[in-house]
Amino acid sequence: MIGVELRKLILRPRIWVSIGLLCLLPAIVGVFLATADFAPPPGQGGAFLSAVTSNGSLYPAAALALVLPIFLPLSVAVTAGDSIAGEASSGMLRYLLIRPVGRTRMLTAKFVALAVYVLFAVVLVVISSLIVGLILFGGGAEAVGGPGGVTSLSGASLSTSGLGLRLLGAVGYIVLSMLGFGAIGVFLSTVSDSALGAALGALAVLITSSVLETLDAASVVRPYLPTHYWLSWIDFFRDPVFWRDIDKGLLLQLGYIVVFFGAAWANFATKDVTS
Amino acid sequence: MIVTHALTKRFGHTVAVDSVDLTVAEGDRYGFLGPNGSGKTTMVRMLLGLVYATSGEIEVMGRPVPKRVSEVLPEVGALVEGPAAYPHLSGRRNLSLVDAAGRGGTGRTRKRRVGEALEQVGLGSIDSRPVKAYSLGMRQRLGIAGALLRKPRLLVLDEPTNGLDPQGIKEIRELLIALNEGGTTVFLSSHLLAEVEQLCTRVGVVDRGHLVLEDDMTSMRAPTGRVLVDTPDAAAAVALLNGQLEARDGERLVIRHDDPSGLNAMLVAGGVRVDAINAERRSLEQVVLEVTGSGSDRFDGRAP
Repeated sequence: MIGVELRKLILRPRIWVSIGLLCLLPAIVGVFLATADFAPPPGQGGAFLSAVTSNGSLYPAAALALVLPIFLPLSVAVTAGDSIAGEASSGMLRYLLIRPVGRTRMLTAKFVALAVYVLFAVVLVVISSLIVGLILFGGGAEAVGGPGGVTSLSGASLSTSGLGLRLLGAVGYIVLSMLGFGAIGVFLSTVSDSALGAALGALAVLITSSVLETLDAASVVRPYLPTHYWLSWIDFFRDPVFWRDIDKGLLLQLGYIVVFFGAAWANFATKDVTS
Repeated sequence: MIVTHALTKRFGHTVAVDSVDLTVAEGDRYGFLGPNGSGKTTMVRMLLGLVYATSGEIEVMGRPVPKRVSEVLPEVGALVEGPAAYPHLSGRRNLSLVDAAGRGGTGRTRKRRVGEALEQVGLGSIDSRPVKAYSLGMRQRLGIAGALLRKPRLLVLDEPTNGLDPQGIKEIRELLIALNEGGTTVFLSSHLLAEVEQLCTRVGVVDRGHLVLEDDMTSMRAPTGRVLVDTPDAAAAVALLNGQLEARDGERLVIRHDDPSGLNAMLVAGGVRVDAINAERRSLEQVVLEVTGSGSDRFDGRAP
């Protein structure tokens, strides 16, 4: 079933369009930065944007910072919302269930496929932006900062292998963050028979969470908001890596995955399939 | 093959299926008839474990459903409430994806089985166009092919000839009869009386959630003990018949008599010319209309 889900993912034009768009946004920003010939002053604009003009190999980090707040969750919401509700509205849900595919197995396969999609999307963003960064801004060697000139956010310089590991950590962290959010989408997808409804519901959660994030009166609930630790992956690029928020974020996202995947399972396993 | 006992399903306050005791024997071609909204589809969904019963029991192939439905379903092929497919993929790809999604039905034989199933429903030489470019009839055929893919022992078909032209309906009917003669039990749910009348050996009629009638087609359509006679000499015939006449409409006489050939001999011997003579049989339509009310898609009269 997992194999079938992955094949369906690959055969779906929409998936490729969404990944293409995710890669396109950093490329557009990169072109503007390169042609404008001046960087945003440090502390303004997206994270890392001031640093990339001096070294293109840091551009993947900047690209992740660009797609993370809205673009990536948007595509996750659409894919997660489509998982069960999409099958229901096309009528295929009943045919898969009488094939028979167990309901737990189907839900698990859908979630695994979502994880593969997110991982694939993030990795492609990293690779495409690395290429874009190196073309537009050059690698560390030619850059103004001199050899090995990637500078961490804390000021110390990072080696290339160190940068690779940090990037890997950031990718893993972002994928997990997206899955915590995706689990909400999958749950909503088992509740509604409309893929659009489920996706919009997940986005409503995202927006609510972002609004509460900025509201001081809501500071009590802030550490539990799904988006609260999303940006903590930036801490991978400090020297030394600043683990406190990363650990908390991982724990929080795992909590979201367990709770909402559990809720999705409880709902789906006992549901009358009338679509 | 299928046995249900006091099967009931409520959706909120609506009772969709109300204590139904259904029996389908192995080798039957069972016609499940009923007006729109009478609970046919809910019944089919419960048999397949898609909808969970509120109360009552279901047994399919001797195993309780939905408890052990995963053992039952590999031997069941079904078409539920119209065919479905991923519109952007070809019919062939659709069939093999669904086949690969579950256990049983190995990948080695998949291509051959998909080809055979498509052949059976008359889509053998279909190209790779996506299903969204299929006509209604082609989609219906594809849906039936999906049900046949693993050579099931039980076929559960909900309105299988929907969207087919008369030629297609005949083809599917012949296919189902051939499969049935090969040992497949066919459970067909329909509101089309003619379809059931031509295909089925046993009939169950459901009305507003109740099973109001379950009988063999032959006994349902047994002679009524009356004979219909068309004759230009109606008056002479009436004189010959000794109070056995039940009704007369011009040249047509309805006579209470068990033996049409004996009656014919008697009339001809009495000098009455006979155009046509036939034992009266009730049509399935008469039987069904007698036991069912109007469908639930009618809302006339005073609102409750």
